[in-house]
Amino acid sequence: MSEIQQFIEGRLPIIGESVVQTLQMVSVSLAISVLIGLPLGILLILTRPGNALENRIVYQVLNVFVNIVRSIPFIILLFFILPFTKLIVGTSIGIKGAIVPLIVHAAPSIARLMENALVEVDSGVIEAYRSMGIRTRHIIWHVMLREARPTIILGLTIAVINLVGATAMAGLVGAGGLGDLAYRFGHLRYEVDVMYVTVFILILMVQCLQSIGNKLAAKYKKD
Amino acid sequence: MITLSNVSKSFRTSKGTVHAIQDVSLEVKLGEIFGVIGYSGAGKSTLIRCVNLLEAPTSGSVVIQGKEVTNLPAEELMQVRRKIGMIFQGFNLLKTATVYDNIAIPLRLTDVDKNEIDGRVTKYLRIVGLEDKHDAYPSQLSGGQKQRVAIARALAQEPELLLSDEATSALDPETTESILELLLKINAELGITIMLITHEMNVIQKICDRVAVMENGRVIELGKTVDIYAQAKHPTTRRFVNSTYHKELPPSLLQELKETGPVVRLSFVGGSTSKPVLAQVSALFPVSPNILAGGIIQLKQEKIGTLVVHLNGDPEETKKAIAYLEDQGVKVEGVEVGDE
Ligand SMILES: Nc1ncnc2c1ncn2[C@@H]1O[C@H](COP(=O)(O)OP(=O)(O)O)[C@@H](O)[C@H]1O
Ligand SMILES: [Mg+2]
Repeated sequence: MSEIQQFIEGRLPIIGESVVQTLQMVSVSLAISVLIGLPLGILLILTRPGNALENRIVYQVLNVFVNIVRSIPFIILLFFILPFTKLIVGTSIGIKGAIVPLIVHAAPSIARLMENALVEVDSGVIEAYRSMGIRTRHIIWHVMLREARPTIILGLTIAVINLVGATAMAGLVGAGGLGDLAYRFGHLRYEVDVMYVTVFILILMVQCLQSIGNKLAAKYKKD
Repeated sequence: MITLSNVSKSFRTSKGTVHAIQDVSLEVKLGEIFGVIGYSGAGKSTLIRCVNLLEAPTSGSVVIQGKEVTNLPAEELMQVRRKIGMIFQGFNLLKTATVYDNIAIPLRLTDVDKNEIDGRVTKYLRIVGLEDKHDAYPSQLSGGQKQRVAIARALAQEPELLLSDEATSALDPETTESILELLLKINAELGITIMLITHEMNVIQKICDRVAVMENGRVIELGKTVDIYAQAKHPTTRRFVNSTYHKELPPSLLQELKETGPVVRLSFVGGSTSKPVLAQVSALFPVSPNILAGGIIQLKQEKIGTLVVHLNGDPEETKKAIAYLEDQGVKVEGVEVGDE
């Protein structure tokens, strides 16, 4: 009994702090990644052959760029872009220093998942809206994004879960978070109970995210 | 309403250039229902898409209500399109929006006055007979109902012209019938000119005033539906016309009858009674006509009566009898084994 009490008193604040750090990193980098990835995805769609802004060069450049960034493992990316990170946020450590690589890691994936979701939208509907004299930007917003919503939500769910995983490595640049906690206590100090609790929280987090994603997607899916 | 002059459209593909339509000229008159029929790949969709510039013609001119629409700046083209409704084989509704929103969203996006939208949606849902489906999603509707929503969506833009790309091709015969009736009603009561394309002759038969027949990207025959029925010249046109007749005779019977004289299909425009002519035939020639089957085809405006008749007699005499029938204004056509 007292052992548990001792554990709660001794370790709970650190665990709580780590949860907050993880959530901070995930939410901020997700928000910014969507802000970058969404327009990028739309640009990928529009510049595809046969679409409104068809442009082979722009499409190919974007396409290759997205592929390259996506093929670099996060742990390598983290160090590889250190100078860039420093340039953008003035530091390469702490939460700030972790968020930049997290975004560079997530945004291209989000662009790709947006592209994949949007390309699945029935081209007949887009054509019907074109035939009604509706502007391309309205078609993007009111037809493509609307119809792709369930797929986008499911894709974003996977992206968030990946981000949770990536933040675990962000401890390497001193950003803290649950992954870092598990590593420090579990591996370096052999305090396995902290590690178990951390792992349990991570599992819980991922489960919650997945079921929120599923629920939201189902809500928007009408067929 | 629409004047197409020497319109051609080619597509460049990896396998070379496809000439989808070649030098097509035709006119769709104000208030009529104009049909274009052809087999798959004939170029019908490309043609109708050239009318609202979903496809830009490679050459030729498209004039809608006196206005040349090829080469219009984007903004003006959009305004032209807002006056042209279009419906499709696949309905093309938003899956994620209710019936109501499927009609209201395009209105909101085409600068229709906010206060007017609700009234329009309600009005046109009533016209298509779906006033009780406002809150349904497309997935909860039958094919026919989806097409009605698509029609209401098109009508709500209050167009003067409606284009239909195989709007009934995905529907069963009964539903097709009801959609065709709806199109007739729209044409008659709202005065909307309709240009439709189809590969089904019964669509032409039931609702079109005039028809163009397309093959390999060209119009091979064009005229009033009744004239096409009464005197189709091109073999393809004849196949389409024949496709509306029932397959009346078992091939074995036909084979057997042919040994004693030809089997012919007689067509009478206006459904005028046939008996006197046939009675005359047997009085004038040593030929005994034997009626095997008959029916009346109801076109939009006229009726056409048809009889399948076995002319029993020797070849010389039946030939004379046929010439006589043709003299009397009856269209005579041999019925062959394997005809549709
Ligand atoms: N976007 C396109 N690119 C290349 N070829 C096309 C395209 N659209 C149509 N075609 C070709 O043009 C021809 C006519 O097609 P279409 O107008 O769809 O015929 P229909 O509607 O009568 O079946 C076909 O050979 C088709 O393959
Ligand atoms: Mg077609």
